[in-house]
Amino acid sequence: MGDDGERQLSAARWKSPLRRSGPGTYTVAFGAEDRAVLRALPAQLGAAIAAKPEDAVFRRLFPPAYANDAIAEEEYRSMVQPDLDEARALALTTLAQTADATELSEEQLDAWLRALNYIRLWLGTLLDISEDEPEEEPEDPAHLLYYLLTAWQELVVSVMSGED
Amino acid sequence: MAASAPLEVKEPEVEEVTGLSRPWKVIVWNDPINLMSYVAFVFQKLFGYSKEKAHKLMMDVHTKGKAVVASGPREKSELDVFRLHEHGLWATMENDS
Repeated sequence: MGDDGERQLSAARWKSPLRRSGPGTYTVAFGAEDRAVLRALPAQLGAAIAAKPEDAVFRRLFPPAYANDAIAEEEYRSMVQPDLDEARALALTTLAQTADATELSEEQLDAWLRALNYIRLWLGTLLDISEDEPEEEPEDPAHLLYYLLTAWQELVVSVMSGED
Repeated sequence: MAASAPLEVKEPEVEEVTGLSRPWKVIVWNDPINLMSYVAFVFQKLFGYSKEKAHKLMMDVHTKGKAVVASGPREKSELDVFRLHEHGLWATMENDS
């Protein structure tokens, strides 16, 4: 598992963009640039999913339930895939549509949490992220985006766990 | 209480019972992208586990490569796997048959 969010968290928390403002409500104080990123990424992942890439990225987004039983897996897949697709699309749409919101409900922030995770799974697989700490963190835009998303996801987990 | 006349009870075949009730195990596998904090959070959220239990299961996944996070009948296990997949975790299910 990744834990490099911890490192990013101290920097991200400086801005304290996410706060619990009441029972089941959260205030969001992301900057305009961050919000533009949050608004744009869901559509990019949506397009990637629509293209159904037959590779590691696709397998990572849709892992098998029955790893050693192809017949059971096929039955299971045909039964649940539409629901999985719908849940994923709904979370991504919610993130895009509420990227400019200053207040989020529990349900909306939960959608953010899952959407951020889907995007990280996609991007992290493309970047071949491993558990080993790199000696020097890559600083290309794609890696920087991945670390930023990681920090944001840590913030969401933290605030939803009541540990902010 | 007084013992009454023994009731005629038809014992079900043992094999049949174990075959039907043998629990399925829901397994979560380690992966480099899902965050430790997130995985523990998902275990609490989906299974209602205490923070301590969720953290221990997460650490098992992290250090041992996998952990059994739930078990039960096939349909329930399929739902558990579905919910874990909905949250992007690498979950599979199996039984010993």
